[in-house]
Parts: sequence; structure tokens; C-alpha cells
Amino acid sequence: MANLIVTPIHEFKIPVTAECISPDFVAGKSLREIELAEVWEGNRRVKLGSLFKIQGETGRIPNDCTIRIMGNVSSVRRIGYRMTEGSIQIDGDAGMYLGERMRGGSIAVAGSAGSWIGTEMRGGQIEVKRNAGDSVGGSVRGGTKGMRGGVMMIHGDCGTEAGAWMRGGAIRIKGNCDLYAGIHMRNGTIVVERNCAGRVGAHATNGRIIVLGNMGGVLPSFQFEEIRANAKAGDEKIPGPFYVFSGDVNEEGEGRLFARVPDNLDLKWNERFLER
Amino acid sequence: MPELLIRNGHVFDPLNGIEGEKADIFVRNGKIVEKVSRKARVLNASGMTVMPGGVDIHSHIAGSKANCARMMRPEDHSKDPESKTKCTRCGVGHTIPSVFTTGYRYARMGYTTVFEPATPPIKTRHTHEELNDIPIIDKGCFPLFGNNWFVMEYVKQGRIEELAAYVAWMLEATKGYAIKIVNPGGIEAWRWGRNVRRLDDLVPNFDVTPREIVRALCQVNSLLNLPHAVHVHPNGLAEPGNYQTTIDTMECARDIPMKEHPVMHVTHVQFTGRKGWSWPDVRSGAPEIADYVNTHDHVSIDPGQLIFTNVTWMTADGPAMFALFKLTKTKWFNADVESETGAGVVAATYKKSNYVNAIQWGIGLELALLVKDPWRIFLTTDHPNGGPFTAYPRVISWLVSKEARQKVIDKINKTAKRRLDLGGIDREYSLHEIATVTRSATAKSLGLRSKGHLGVGADADIAIYNIEPTKVDPAKDYKSVRKAFARATFTIKDGRIVVKKGEVVQDVQGRTFWTRPRVSEGTMNLVTKELESKFDDYYTVRMANYPIEERYLVASEPMTTSTEV
Repeated sequence: MANLIVTPIHEFKIPVTAECISPDFVAGKSLREIELAEVWEGNRRVKLGSLFKIQGETGRIPNDCTIRIMGNVSSVRRIGYRMTEGSIQIDGDAGMYLGERMRGGSIAVAGSAGSWIGTEMRGGQIEVKRNAGDSVGGSVRGGTKGMRGGVMMIHGDCGTEAGAWMRGGAIRIKGNCDLYAGIHMRNGTIVVERNCAGRVGAHATNGRIIVLGNMGGVLPSFQFEEIRANAKAGDEKIPGPFYVFSGDVNEEGEGRLFARVPDNLDLKWNERFLER
Repeated sequence: MPELLIRNGHVFDPLNGIEGEKADIFVRNGKIVEKVSRKARVLNASGMTVMPGGVDIHSHIAGSKANCARMMRPEDHSKDPESKTKCTRCGVGHTIPSVFTTGYRYARMGYTTVFEPATPPIKTRHTHEELNDIPIIDKGCFPLFGNNWFVMEYVKQGRIEELAAYVAWMLEATKGYAIKIVNPGGIEAWRWGRNVRRLDDLVPNFDVTPREIVRALCQVNSLLNLPHAVHVHPNGLAEPGNYQTTIDTMECARDIPMKEHPVMHVTHVQFTGRKGWSWPDVRSGAPEIADYVNTHDHVSIDPGQLIFTNVTWMTADGPAMFALFKLTKTKWFNADVESETGAGVVAATYKKSNYVNAIQWGIGLELALLVKDPWRIFLTTDHPNGGPFTAYPRVISWLVSKEARQKVIDKINKTAKRRLDLGGIDREYSLHEIATVTRSATAKSLGLRSKGHLGVGADADIAIYNIEPTKVDPAKDYKSVRKAFARATFTIKDGRIVVKKGEVVQDVQGRTFWTRPRVSEGTMNLVTKELESKFDDYYTVRMANYPIEERYLVASEPMTTSTEV
């Protein structure tokens, strides 16, 4: 494993778009070549070397490359764009569009991450130790293709529209989740270990959303199905019991919402549908 | 303005019958002349193809619906960004490029004149604002008349002369160029949640049929001596089995006397040339339509060729757009424009694996190859409905080379491949025919005397492509042809070099064409008096505030026609 160490020279005041910080780009290139790669700083084309100090070594193939970013890159966008192999470790915070369209490999963030991380990703792993922004694993604005594969793990809270237009893969949020988790969801799994702010699964046609804390109510376009003892998330069996809802009925959808019973007493009124 | 001498190019000028012969072209003051002085700047075009600047007859580049599509599709913007250069602005957009980018991209392909084919009359002020801002190219727009309440009332009363005066007033008021009909009567029916599917269905509340509307407007067109034919988008767009309606629409104007150009131009026939009863058994109606066009000279068509890519459907045909939205379940925009027309926008993607899309692709090419007279079929993709205009070079490569077509045929849906006749068509366009369908025939159809040819007195709109016609066989070397048409070596607009080696080097202002039919004062006074009270009844604006002043157009180019009204 060859470690490439990338350190920001100064704090960024304007956003930087650096698609070239990815194992696929650096593999087989010398440090000098990497320094000469062009990035956008605001509306200006600059060299990567003028923003970051680049040290260490690179592997010959992407799989051998580990990029370690030492410091805060919360205004650097598109790190790990389209990466297929290898790994990126970020010691501080990461910016928007982290791992956009990624197909494999892994990204680990020690701090928080911005919005739209894992947009349109197809494979690989993203792990964020603290919080993430809006639309994690979602689609670009207006797009209809969200995350299609891979695994995303967020240890803290995340913003609105987690897993928008999601078509596959898994998102696990250990903290709370803001409004509209799993909006427009087509497939895949979202697990929220604490509370949601509500409107979970709006416009979903398939997929499953499992909320272990309070779900913040259920949309009227979801139908109560049953109480189930366990919920399956991939190979994992999460103990319940759970209220199970299906919808979004407006879209003739078959998405499933699982809300753990003890934390969702506000949904208890649905139990009267069981007696019939 | 400096003089220009284009030396030793292989000139293709179908209107003047020049087919790839080596010739020099002289330019002075933005016009082509017989001779220039010794001080003229010399462009060496030896080993290159010289054609008149491209003329696009049907491309939705401006107007309120294009803008709605831009707002509706932010994901389209991130896909295709363009940064600014010394003389161009930045822009975004693949299927619906920004206003400035539209002009640059056309100029890079060697196009110098483009017509926006559908603008709701009351929103034409917006259209002109965008057209003013589109750099380099000359442009114009066709206002919509097919569902206008005034038109339908005049048609019902059978007052063709008054209708002609109204159309003349409207063209001058909106600074429009020709009559456009979209789904005649159908958009009015859509206000009541219905559609008009056949030519003899009644339009609700007006008791007229699409046939009567089309015929009346064709008669008006010939009364007013308008430069272009009536531009028709027939009923039943995108429905299986609509080819018969298209043929009926063509047939209904057959007896109307023809002057210099065909009576009717039927547009994007790929969308209205489908046989079959339901989606799974859609077949190509291209052979029948091509047969009709080959035997009748009162119509011209354009295929609206489909490209397998992401597209935005936009048309004034509200009901058709709703039907397509129900199929695609993507995003939909709908508008109703006062007493005039409507609009719909839907985001979509064409796939090779999709049976219907593959058939549509085949219909477009079959039409282009089966219609024998290149003067009555034009190259379009109905941008952005069939595909973005930037795909023209790709369409050209399919037209010139059977091999290029075969490569796509091998990849499309297997059932569609079996059911299309396209694989059996051997015709390959020559460069001369390509020059005809992309510039000369369109310019002639639009009645633009100074465009589409390189004779003395023509506008110096010239495209120079890096193709050596004596050495390159387009049928085999279609890739280099495609490359050359995508990036013109030089584009000259009004005698100024605007594109060099595929990059824009100068930003100039293009003109806006519109028609001013001269109607006798008596008829006009009668009609305007009538209109004034109708405006008070029907419109949200007063008649006096309706017309667009000529000074609103940055570079206005009116064409006055003498009429029989």
C-alpha cells in the first residue's frame, strides 16, 4: 500500500472543485504530475500543487493507492469523483459531492461531510464519523438517479432528503435524520438508528426504510400493514417489534416503512386496523 | 469591413448547381461579390469543402417553454458546462443550452440561420428577448395560429379574407415569420381535458374541424404570399397509428394553388409517422409517407431525427405531452396561454434497447432516405425533442454511410431491428445532397433569397469544413465527415470570420427576420376595429399594448410581401 499524503497549504476561502483527488487519477503518476493537475478554485483554473502539499508515494494501480488528506477540506468538492478502487482517508471535514459517482473503493472521513455525498454512487463504501449534510446518497438537483449500490455509514446526524431517488445499496445513519428520508426512493435500504423528523418515504415506489427511533409520524399516503417482530436490512436481522407501512399509495408504490413500536407510540392508533 | 477571398475550396452550392468544383469566393461588405481588390484577406481553403452557412428550419431554441425547460431540468445543466473564453460567455446545458451557448454551438457547426418554430403570440416578446441575445446566428420565429380563438371563429364564419388580415396583423404585431399550426384544435380541446385525434373531429365549443383550420390557414398563406409554407405539426402526435392522420393532413391542402414553394411543411414526421394499434406493435409508417411525398409536390417534410440520448420534449401540444408524461413518469410542465395555445415540457431519455425508441429512430432515417427529392426533406432533430442540435453531424454520418447506420442497427432492440426496413435501404447521401438538406433546401423553403447559396449578391454566410471531397469517401470515412461537420474550420457570418478551427473567435449580432404582409387599408381597418372589441372580451391585455415595437428587435430585418387581400 502506497500512501499519498495531501495537506492543504492554507484554509480555503472559496470552494475548490478537485476531481483529481482520487486513486484512479493519482495511480501511476509522479508527485510532480499530480501537483500539475488542474482544479477549479472559484472560477479560476489553478494547479493542485498551489493549494495542497503533496508528499509520499503512489501505487502503480488504483487499488494500491491510499490518499490521506491531512486537515480540513470542507470546501473542497468532488473528492473521489468516479473512483473505482483504492481508498481515501480524510482526517478533518470533507466537502460536498464526496465520492460522487463512485464505483468502488472506500472513503473514510474522521470529521463531518457536506451535502450530496455519494451522489449517484454505484459501489464502494463511504464512512463518516460525524455528521453529514443533505441528500446523502441522493441524485444531483433535478436528477432522477440516486445511489445504486455500495454502502454508506454515517455515525452522526444527517440532513434532509437522505437517499433521494435511491435505487440500490444501503445507507445506515446512526444518529438522527431530518425531513424526507428516502424521498422518491426506488429501491435499497435506509436504516436510521435514532429519530426522523418526518415525511419518511414520500413518493417512494420501492425499497425499505427502517427507523429505530421516532419516525415523526407517517404520511397519509402510506398504508398500515402489520406488526412484525424483526426487520431485515440486508443480511442483518434487526429486532423489533415494528409497525410496517407500505406505500407511497399515490404512486402505487410498494415501499416499506418500519417504525419500532416502543418509540412510535404516536402510531399506536394504527393497531385498530389489526382487529378486523 | 475587410474584404475576403476564399481560395481554391471545393464549393458545394446546390442552388447554383455547383457540385464540388474548385472555385474562389469573393466577399465584400458582408455580401458575395464578383471580384475583390488585392488588399483582400485570403483564406486558403484548398483541400476543404466550402458550403453556404447552415440554415435550420425547426429548432426550439428560445421562448417561454425553452426557459421553463431550463428551470425544470437543473440536472441537464451540470452535464455539459462550457467555460468562458476571450470572446464568448460561459454557459451550460446539453439538451437546452443557455441562450448564448446556443449561438456559439450552432456557429461551431457552420450554421448561421436558425428558426424557432413555435412561439405563443402573446409570449413572443420573451422569444424576441432571447433571440436578441443569441449571438452570431440569424433567426426568426413562427407564431402559433392553430388553436387561436380568433382564427377558429373566422374559420367557422368562413371569412378567409378577414382571417388573412388578422394573420397579417398578428405577424406584424409579434414580428413573426410564418404560420405555425400545432395540433389544430387539439390544444383548445385540451382545455376541457380532451384531445382532437383525427382530422374531422369537432373542436369543442367552436364547431370547426382541424381540416377546416389547416385548409383556411393554407389559403391565408397563399393569399398573403408569405415566404414560407404553413408549418404544420399534425394531430395525434406520438400516438401509434397516427401516420394516416399525417397523410390526411397533407392531402387536405392538395388543391390549394401552389406558388413558389410547397403549400405545407409537415414537421418532425418521425413523431407522427407511426403505424400500428398499440405501443407493442408500433411500426414504421415512413414508406407510406415517403410515397405520398414522392408523388405530391405540394408538401415538404422534415424527419425530426431521434438520437439515443437524454432529451427534453417541448411542444405547444399540451395533450400529447401529458400522454407522454404518463408513459415516462418523469417530470412534466404544462401551460395554457390565454386564448391562443398551450405548452408542455417533459424530460425523457431515448434508449437503444427500447422497442418504440428504436422504431422512432428508424422512421426518421427511413423518411430521409426514402424521400427522393432532397429539396423537400430537411435535416432536423426537432431540437430538443428528437435530440439536441449538436447531434446533426451524427445524423449526417448516418445519411452518408450505410455502414454507420448498420453499426447502430446492430445495437438496437432486436424486435425493432426485425421490423424496420432500414437495413435494406442502400441509398447514401452525397455531400451535395447533404448541402441541400442542411442549407439550400431549407433556405429556399423559408423564402430567404440571400441565404443558402453562394451566388453573387448572397449574404456572405459561409461554412468551410475540413473534408477533401476528391479523396474522402463519406460512405467509408463517415467518422471524419462527422468530425468535420461538428467543428467547422471556418464559419463566416456576414463576411466576418466568427469561427476558426471549431472555436468561436468573434461574437457578432445576428439579425431577426420577420414578415410584414401589406394588406389593403380597408380590410385592415375593418378587422382591427373588430379585433379591438374582441381583445377587450378575450385578452388580459389591451390591443394597443399587444404589438411588439420594431425597436424591440436589436437587428430587425422585415420582409414585406404584397398580398391579394
